Amino acid sequence: MKLHEYQAKELLKRYGLPVPEGRVAFSLQEALQAAEELGEFPLVVKAQVHCGGRGKAGGVKLVKSMEELQQAVEGMLGKVLKTFQCPEGKPVSRVWIEKATNIQKEYYLSITLDRAVSKPVLMASAEGGMEIEEVAKEKPEAIHMLHIDPALGLMPSQARKIAFQLGLPVNDFVKIALGLYRAYIELDASLVEVNPLVLTKENTLVLLDAKVDIDDNALLRHKDLEELEDLTQLDPLEVEAKKYSLNYIKLDGNIGCMVNGAGLAMTTMDIIKLAGGEPANFLDVGGGAKVEQIANAFRILMADFNVKAVFINIFGGILRCDRLAKGLIEAAKMVEIKVPVVVRMEGTNVEEGRKILAESGLNFINAVDMWDGAQKAVALASKGG
Amino acid sequence: MAILVDKNTKLVVQGITGKEGSFHATQCKAYGTQVVAGVTPGKAGQKVEGIPVFNTVEDAVKETGANCSLIFVPPAFAADAIVEALDAGIEVIVCITEGIPVRDMMMVKDYMKKNYPNAKLIGPNCPGVITPGEAKVGIMPGHIFKKGNIGIVSRSGTLTYEASYQLTQYGLGQSTAVGIGGDPVHGLSHKDVIALFNQDPETEAILMIGEIGGTAEEEAAEFIKEHVKKPVFAYIAGITAPPGRRMGHAGAIISGGKGTAQAKMQALREAGATVIENPAFIGKTIAEALGKV
Repeated sequence: MKLHEYQAKELLKRYGLPVPEGRVAFSLQEALQAAEELGEFPLVVKAQVHCGGRGKAGGVKLVKSMEELQQAVEGMLGKVLKTFQCPEGKPVSRVWIEKATNIQKEYYLSITLDRAVSKPVLMASAEGGMEIEEVAKEKPEAIHMLHIDPALGLMPSQARKIAFQLGLPVNDFVKIALGLYRAYIELDASLVEVNPLVLTKENTLVLLDAKVDIDDNALLRHKDLEELEDLTQLDPLEVEAKKYSLNYIKLDGNIGCMVNGAGLAMTTMDIIKLAGGEPANFLDVGGGAKVEQIANAFRILMADFNVKAVFINIFGGILRCDRLAKGLIEAAKMVEIKVPVVVRMEGTNVEEGRKILAESGLNFINAVDMWDGAQKAVALASKGG
Repeated sequence: MAILVDKNTKLVVQGITGKEGSFHATQCKAYGTQVVAGVTPGKAGQKVEGIPVFNTVEDAVKETGANCSLIFVPPAFAADAIVEALDAGIEVIVCITEGIPVRDMMMVKDYMKKNYPNAKLIGPNCPGVITPGEAKVGIMPGHIFKKGNIGIVSRSGTLTYEASYQLTQYGLGQSTAVGIGGDPVHGLSHKDVIALFNQDPETEAILMIGEIGGTAEEEAAEFIKEHVKKPVFAYIAGITAPPGRRMGHAGAIISGGKGTAQAKMQALREAGATVIENPAFIGKTIAEALGKV
């Protein structure tokens, strides 16, 4: 789960990390009030969206007066911010207003899981402000990497070494690194990133930007964090799918896919592409999908206007083919099926499933295997489009 | 022979009195697996389909000689269940549970590496392990598998079923099929399982099914290049997956240009593996290459 910058900063502040003083505002009135409370200009107005590259896209503005503040806020709130990272854009429903920082130099600091060794890794670099991926590609030697022992945690001596290497105020940096690690662990974060970490002209360290992603699996013990999720940053169909525990990701193509299992769902997208088509989505209905879930999955697929054909690819394991067939019949009662539907079923109770569909009177097209199904769906979609 | 589980496997099912646990314990037993015990704290003395239930894994091991565990405990308690199995001396642990917090798995894996370096964890968030005709320790439908000589390792459940089904269509059975799971921190890796297949006299060829995200497939490719003489076939799912979007499995994400299907396929080709591009032709490609058609 992604959090907004302001939420990340408010959380990290609780761990003793130095963040610029600021306020969140959902309306112009709240923004003016916030400026009043902060008491002095210049201030920085930052659009809150789940997307990087805001600065270049006009989502971050330095303002020196109430007039400029008003202009900046009006230019952001209620608008869609498009950045190079999200060309489709994200709606701005709130802005963060903070006191401006006197920047001397920018650094990079993050903690995430290194999957290769199953340990957290702290990364720090003097090339702040840049995308860390860029730095990794062009100047890998500029990134200091430190693997952290999960049982021991991050030790001051380890953080100190990095502070000396980067030439940063040692005590301040150690406090920040240790606090950041504590936040990473206690919040069950999958990523905590400070980019940039700023050395101010006053020789102090400040978290100018902050990013915290939470491990979705850990939300079961962080009900308070779960409430922070901003659903406006997600695709509405994805939000709808989440309600029924369906794993749905909208894509740009015109062939809707419904599959059980994440691996097979990706494979189905791939085979559509191999057959010359473009998948409209990733949809994993899960191993133990119930009739109701299948019906809702189908409804969500149909709600995507780009879909010109549907390819259902199910390998029955726990999800039995007869249950799938019943779900499809239920779905057909709920939504009007306006596009051709190709069904490929195999596995547990497949004969029963095929029989149920054949006797249902629904005009589904049978496929003998994945390749046949993909080719049929692609041919039908191009005819319909 | 085969790997990890066989007819000598004595299985204890942790979380046996739950809905999933009791259903699959029964299914495993019906397949022919020796399911000797179940564990649910506080429910010792009960029976599930004739399988005795114990309070602790340690008791189950003492009373029944269980040497393999299958875990269905809910996500909040699953890491603890793995530790309990380790502490009881179980060396093959299969964890089916989906949704375990990453931090929990990170701690457990660290504990395991330091204290039980010989234990083998499969999963979590996986379909389990099957040695056709001998033992099923997992949730896969047994009937689509067939005894034979192809070793399969995969992150994904249904994709494993698909591949096994295709192989079976061509008369090619499986020595053992291992689903290692889709979580970012898990037990055995592709490389680890390939190393086991490499040593197994019953395995003549290896099918590795990978997917986008991480570097496990690249590490497996390194190992194959250095050590494996048996024919290796590989399929990588997710060639169309957009960067930055998590494709169902917590591990399946292309981030920072790393973990793409193309890079993985390239590494495997360089290691001498046959990379299968069309997933509908996994069975056909292997059958042709092995001269079985």
